[in-house]
Amino acid sequence: MSGELVVDEGFPTEEETQGLLLKVTDLKTSFATPRGRVRAVDGVSLELGRGETLGIVGESGSGKTVLSRSIMGLLPRRTTTQSGSIVFDGTEIVGAEDKTLRTLWGAKIAMVFQDPMTSLNPVVRIERQITESLRLHTSMDKAEAKATAISLLGQVGIPSPTERVRNYPHQLSGGMRQRVTIAIALACSPRLLLADEPTTGLDVTVQAQILDLLSSLQQERHMAVILVTHDLGVVATRTDKIAVMYAGRIVETTTTRRLFADMAMPYTKALLNSTPRISDPSHTRLTAIDGRPPDLINPPPGCAFAPRCESATDQCRTEAPPLRPAPSDPTHLFACWNPLPGGTAGRVTTLEESP
Amino acid sequence: MSDIAATVASAAPEAADDDGIVKKKKVGVFFWIFAGWVALVVLASILAPLLGLQDPNNANFDAINQGPTTAHLLGTDDLGRDILSRVIYGARVSLIVGFGAMTIGMIFGGTLGMVAAYRRGAVDSFVSAVSYVMLAFPALVAVIAIVAFWGHDIWKITIIVGIASIPLVYRVVRAATLSYATREFVTAAKSQGATDIRILTRELLPNVLPAIISFFLIGVASVIILEGALAFLGLSVQPPTASWGNMISESRTYLSQNPWLALFPSLAMFLFLIALNLIGDSLRQVLDVQDSKL
Repeated sequence: MSGELVVDEGFPTEEETQGLLLKVTDLKTSFATPRGRVRAVDGVSLELGRGETLGIVGESGSGKTVLSRSIMGLLPRRTTTQSGSIVFDGTEIVGAEDKTLRTLWGAKIAMVFQDPMTSLNPVVRIERQITESLRLHTSMDKAEAKATAISLLGQVGIPSPTERVRNYPHQLSGGMRQRVTIAIALACSPRLLLADEPTTGLDVTVQAQILDLLSSLQQERHMAVILVTHDLGVVATRTDKIAVMYAGRIVETTTTRRLFADMAMPYTKALLNSTPRISDPSHTRLTAIDGRPPDLINPPPGCAFAPRCESATDQCRTEAPPLRPAPSDPTHLFACWNPLPGGTAGRVTTLEESP
Repeated sequence: MSDIAATVASAAPEAADDDGIVKKKKVGVFFWIFAGWVALVVLASILAPLLGLQDPNNANFDAINQGPTTAHLLGTDDLGRDILSRVIYGARVSLIVGFGAMTIGMIFGGTLGMVAAYRRGAVDSFVSAVSYVMLAFPALVAVIAIVAFWGHDIWKITIIVGIASIPLVYRVVRAATLSYATREFVTAAKSQGATDIRILTRELLPNVLPAIISFFLIGVASVIILEGALAFLGLSVQPPTASWGNMISESRTYLSQNPWLALFPSLAMFLFLIALNLIGDSLRQVLDVQDSKL
């Protein structure tokens, strides 16, 4: 980490580090499509304290990206219907005007996108892509903004930032580009960073570097992070809390430590089983979850996971399980009629252990 | 302009030769020849009064219908006027109408195209519908009709042809913008708090600029042809003012006695148009590779 951050106005004061930063209550987001209404997020509630890290885990189509974009307020207006509430730092996001959101975007909430190949403008220099939001949200002049851009590139671990700042995106590697998008997101020191599968487009060695970079920047800046991923290995060592999503709902949520020590949902277990393990011999067949995620236009009655669940009963197929606290720990919520026996521990291969 | 130059430089395709040395692909020698020719024509027509040419409207009945001579490099016409001088002064009409009309088309059509592609929805549907209605009208017929009523003034012609080019520019710019407006970097810019105007001018415009520049040059060529057709029909600037079109038109009468009369304005027009088209095309090829590199 070279270079000092010039901008410090965005850093939170002592009082600001206490209390809730984000509170999502019964959020429902659906899209109008030619086939009907897709309920992409269906009644999600969650809370995030300042400086905390939340991992949102689920397979493709479980609604995790829509959830993160809902929190940003970035979904297309015309086709999206939303209800419920998202309060970020005292501001209601659901139904807010772009004008209101623009004061938050970049300055207080920022996002790192999945694919750094498409989230950078191909014909604009790195420098201007970083200084753009600095000039917008702070009173910096051109020279100060440039100095800050160079210092940010140094902080995200880009060698010779003074020269790199003159480059175009195509002159950088994938890992470097993702570092640049992180630098852009961090430019105005946001309170909350949404990272939507930030490492999916990168190879494994670079993935670990990028995630470590995010963790260390988060600690330096006391910034809250929502890490959206399909890989339990990614969130295992880097989050305080985890929310497991399935079919637009949170099906299990608790602290990271407890989730891996005592998971209740068969879905969480199945998700975990489908990650490869370093201890497995070579050419071991990967365990996959049979079947497909349910159709979100006509979700099945009962538990959405029931058709793919080994321990499903008739009750599961007819009656949707509510999200309820575990008897042993009221902060551990799960939605299952037949939870796994207590003490079911998950063991996951984290990126550090990967070959 | 330096931004455009930088974009051209950075976007130039790189091809490695056998030694593994990457050479920046250049636009090629023809590009510079044609660019030089266009620059020459533009400069000559702007600086025409300073070039010491003979008065383009000065009749000299002692020297009519001459071929090229030392006194008149391109010869004289049926009234003994100097053809070189008339071709250069005639270029002014073509250039003013060509660049003027396309500038009008770009300002209105380009802005509408970008906004429609970015906003979509009702704005897009409405403007697109209007553009289809305008396109359904044959441009030449419409222009002839309006010119016949409104007048033959060069500025009126520029405005009319400019308006006629708006729907064409609109379609091209809208299509070019559409392919970028849905890209993630637009959402990313929005998520950093950029306003719509900022996204349009700073994120989308640099991306569609290559398409706009090459279409502009090719459009200028088309407008010059349209002006030539109007002049040929006697609906552009009126004699004695020279324009390439009306020179060609007047030369018909003397085609068998003095073919030079038809040759030089036609050649000037032909070479200028082919140069514009080739420049537009080379620029498009050089500027368009950015995508394949990503």
